[in-house]
Amino acid sequence: MELHELGIGEIRQILNNKEASPGEVLDSFFARIEAVEDRIKAYVTVTKEKAYGMLSGSFSNSGPLSGIPMAIKDNMCTKGTLTTCSSKILGNYIPPYESTVTERLLRAGYVLTGKTNLDEFAMGSSTENSAFFTTKNPWDLTRIPGGSSGGSAAAVAAGECAGALGSDTGGSIRQPAALCGVVGLKPTYGRVSRYGLVAFASSLDQIGPITKTVRDSAILMNIIAGHDPLDSTSVDIPVPDFTKALDRDIKGLKIGIPKEYFIEGMDKEVEEAVKGAVRHLESLGAIPLEVSLPHTGYAVATYYILATSEASSNLARYDGVKYGSRTEGKDLMDMYMQTRAKGFGAEIKRRIMLGTYALSSGYYEAYYRKGQQVRTLIKQDFDNAFKKVDVIATPTSPTAAFKVGEKVQDPLQMYLSDIFTISINLAGLPGISIPCGFTSNELPIGLQLIGKPFDEETILAAANAYEQSTEWHRRRPAL
Amino acid sequence: MKEIKYETVIGLEVHAQLLTDSKIFCGCSTKFGSPPNTQTCPICTGNPGSLPVLNKRALEFAIRTGLAMDCRISNFSRFARKNYFYPDLPKGYQISQYELPICEHGHVEITVNGTKRLIGITRIHMEEDAGKNIHEGTGPYSFVDLNRAGVPLMEIVSEPDLRTPEEAGAYMRKMRTILRYIGVCDGNMEQGSLRCDANVSVRPAGEEKFGVKVELKNMNSFRFVEKALEYEIKRQVKTIEEGGTIIQETRLFDPVTGATQSMRTKEEAHDYRYFPEPDLVPIVAPKEWIEEIRAGLPELPDRRMERFVGVYGLPEYDAELLSSERALAEWFEKAVKLGGQPKSVSNWIMGELLRLLNEQGIGIEESPVAPGQLVGMLKLLENGTISGKIGKTVFEEMYRTKKSAEEIVREKGLVQISDEDAISKAIEQVLAANPNEVERYKAGEEKLAGFFVGQVMRMMKGKANPGLVNELLKKKLSR
Repeated sequence: MELHELGIGEIRQILNNKEASPGEVLDSFFARIEAVEDRIKAYVTVTKEKAYGMLSGSFSNSGPLSGIPMAIKDNMCTKGTLTTCSSKILGNYIPPYESTVTERLLRAGYVLTGKTNLDEFAMGSSTENSAFFTTKNPWDLTRIPGGSSGGSAAAVAAGECAGALGSDTGGSIRQPAALCGVVGLKPTYGRVSRYGLVAFASSLDQIGPITKTVRDSAILMNIIAGHDPLDSTSVDIPVPDFTKALDRDIKGLKIGIPKEYFIEGMDKEVEEAVKGAVRHLESLGAIPLEVSLPHTGYAVATYYILATSEASSNLARYDGVKYGSRTEGKDLMDMYMQTRAKGFGAEIKRRIMLGTYALSSGYYEAYYRKGQQVRTLIKQDFDNAFKKVDVIATPTSPTAAFKVGEKVQDPLQMYLSDIFTISINLAGLPGISIPCGFTSNELPIGLQLIGKPFDEETILAAANAYEQSTEWHRRRPAL
Repeated sequence: MKEIKYETVIGLEVHAQLLTDSKIFCGCSTKFGSPPNTQTCPICTGNPGSLPVLNKRALEFAIRTGLAMDCRISNFSRFARKNYFYPDLPKGYQISQYELPICEHGHVEITVNGTKRLIGITRIHMEEDAGKNIHEGTGPYSFVDLNRAGVPLMEIVSEPDLRTPEEAGAYMRKMRTILRYIGVCDGNMEQGSLRCDANVSVRPAGEEKFGVKVELKNMNSFRFVEKALEYEIKRQVKTIEEGGTIIQETRLFDPVTGATQSMRTKEEAHDYRYFPEPDLVPIVAPKEWIEEIRAGLPELPDRRMERFVGVYGLPEYDAELLSSERALAEWFEKAVKLGGQPKSVSNWIMGELLRLLNEQGIGIEESPVAPGQLVGMLKLLENGTISGKIGKTVFEEMYRTKKSAEEIVREKGLVQISDEDAISKAIEQVLAANPNEVERYKAGEEKLAGFFVGQVMRMMKGKANPGLVNELLKKKLSR
C-alpha cells in the first residue's frame, strides 16, 4: 500500500514507529495530487509550498496531527491563504484571520495540502455550482462527487489527502462522503465552532470530518469539537474522547428504521445495500425497530425556506465595498447590482431571491414563521423516535453518484439529493455516513446513522462496529 | 366657522450610546475620535465567517436602564437582523432587537410648569451602531470609517404619551439625567451619543383616534427637538385646515431654517425583512443577576430630590438643581455630611461654584474646590472670622489655588476686624472728612448712612465687620 492511501490513524502509527518520515508522507501525497488532480479537480488551491513550510516551521509539533496532510473545504477561513467559497465574488479573498477549526488543527500539528472545491457558498449537491469547475467522482470520472463538500470527499477518496474537513447544512458532508465511498460525520449543531466558516445558513451549518475510516473521524472530532467563546451557538458541555467510544459493544443497541425513508420508487440497489447493512448490524447484536418520523415529507420544503432566508441575509455582505470582487457602476446602487450580478452564480441568485421573498413583509408569517414551526415538529418526530431507539439508520442519499450535467437543469431534482439528510440538520442532530456497498456500476453507497443530540459516541460506535466487520472501506478507486 | 382645537400626540425614540469600553459584538475599543478604521477587526468589518458574541456589559447596561425606568426585564429576549444595503453597514444587516426586546412596559416622570406626568416606556432594546461614510475630496469615491460600526446602542421607545414640544423636551432632559445618573451613557447630544427621533401627529381635541403620524429625524439638541416639533405641529394643523391630508412619512429637521423636509414616504420605506439572528442565542438573564444589577442602582434623581427637600429642608428649586446630576448631588451631600449647613452649601454651589465651573466649561467632577474646603470656609463665615463679601473673594481664591480658606485668610490678612476702637477711629475720620454729608444726614437725609458705611469699609479695606460698622455709625450720628 502506498502512503497516500492511508488515513490519519494509520499514518500516525507509521510516523510514530518511524517507518516513514513526515517528509516522505507529504511527498507521497503531493506526488498523488500531481498524478490525479488533473482528472479529479478536488482542489481550488493546492498549498504545496505552505505545506512544506508547515512541516518544517513553527507549526511543527508533537500534536496528534503532527505531519498529517489534510485538506480543508474552501469555505473555512485560513489566514493568509485564499478562501474563495468557489465563488467569483470571493475569488481574491485572503482572510485576515484563522477559523477556529483550522486554528485547532494547527495546534494539533496538521499540514494543509490545500483548499477544496465546493458548490458556490456550499449551495448544491454536486460541486457543479462551483464558479470554477466541477470536481469528478474518483470512482467514475463522468460522475459528480456529491456536494457541497465534493472536493473534500473526492480528495479523501482519491488519496489526495489523509483526511479533510467539510461543512454540512443539509447533507453537504454526508452525501458526498456516501457518493465517494468515504466516512463523513456531521456533528450535533453546536458541537463544533462555526467561527471562520463562511456562513450559508447559520442555524443549520456545522463543520465535520470526512475521512477514510470511522476512527479517523473520531480522531478529528477530538480536536475540533468543543465550546468556542467566539461562537455563541457552540455549546459549552464536556467533550468526550470520541476514540474511546469506538470499541463499545453494540449488542442490544436499538436501531430505528424510519418507515418514511423507505418508499416506493427509491433506488433498489441503494435500498438493498442499506437493508443489508441493517441486517449486518443485527448480526452484530443490534436490534432493528421500525419508527415513524411523520413530518419527513415537509423537510425539503421547510429546509428551502429557512436555509434560503438565512442565506439571503448572510450573503448581503458581499457588496463590493470591503473585500472580494467589485464591478464598478455609475453610482452606488449600480455598483451593488453589477457586483452581485457578476459575482454570484445562478443557484446563489435563485436562493437569495427565494429567501428574500420568504422574509418579506406580508409573506414572513406564511413562510419563515411557518417553516420554523414545522422545524419544531420535525425535531419532535426525532425526540419521539429516540424514546424508543438509540440510533436511526437510513440511506444517506436516494441514489449513487449521478452523471455530471444530469440534474443541473432541474434544481428540484437536485434538491431531492438531500432528502434523507436535510431533516437531521433541521433537528440539529449528529449523523454519520459510512460505506455500505456498491452498485452494479461499482459506485459507492452510503449508510446514514443518526444519533441523539450530542451523542456522536453512539453513532461512532455503531459505525465502527459495522466498518470493522466489513470490507467496503478498504476498497480504493482505480485511478 | 367654528374654530377647531387640535391636540398633539408625540412619541420619542431615544438612541443612547452605551458607555462600554468595547463594542457590542467584538472586543474592539469604542473610543471616540481615533484615525479611521483603526478600531476594527474581522467581526465588526463583517468579514466572511466571523460571528458576533454579545458584550455582557452592554446587556447589563440595558437591564440597568430598564430597571431605572421601572420596566419589566424580559426573561427571554433575542436579537434580530434588520436587513438593508449601505456602505457603512458591513454585514448588510444591523443586529438589533425586534420581537423580543430586553425591557418593556416602563415609565418615567416629567414635570412641566409644576405639573407631574407619567410617560410610558414601550420598550428598550439593544443594537449595534453603523459606521460612517465620509465624502471627501473631488474623486468619484467616498470613504467608509468602521470605527463606530458595532458600538453598542440602546433604543428607548416611549408611548405616544407626550402632548406638547415642551413635554418632549422635558422628557429628553429626564432621559439624559437618568442615563447619566446610572452611568450607562454620557448624554452628549452634540457628539451623537444621545440622539432622538420623534413620531408626531395631531388630532381634533376630544378625538380618540390618532392622526397620521410623521417621523422626525436629525434633532441633535434639546432645543432642536422642541423647535422641530413646534414647526411640524404648525405644519400639520395648517395642512389640515387648508383641506389637505397628512401623509405618513419621514421628515428631516433643518437646524438652519428651523423647518422639516420630507425625506421619504411610507411607500418608499424599506422592508427590513427582520428575522431572529441565528448567530446569537436567546438572552435568558438569570433572576439573581437582575437583582444584583437592581441592588447596584444609585438613588435616582426623583427620589433624591424628594429626600433633599424632606431631610435637608431645601427649597424644591434647589433640590431639583442639585439632584439633576449624580456627581453634583454627591458633592452637595458630602459637604453637608462634613458639617455644612444645607441651605448655605446649596447657595454657594448654585451661586459661586457652578458659575466658576461654567465659566471654565468643566463639570463638577473636575471641580478644584472639594466639599471639605467649602465647609471650612462656611465655618469662618459662621464664626465671624470673615464677612460674606470677603467669602466670595476667598472662594474664588480657593477655586484658583486649591488652598484651604483658613490658609487664604491668613496669608492675605482677610480676617474681619471686629475691634470697636479701630472701627470707631475710622468712623470719626470719615465723619470729620465729610461735614456737609453729616449735616444733611442730621437734617433727615438718612439714606446717606450707606455712603458713610461705604467710606468706612473702604478705609478699612473691606475687612471691617459690617454689622459692627452700622451699629457704631448710628450711635455716633445720633449724638
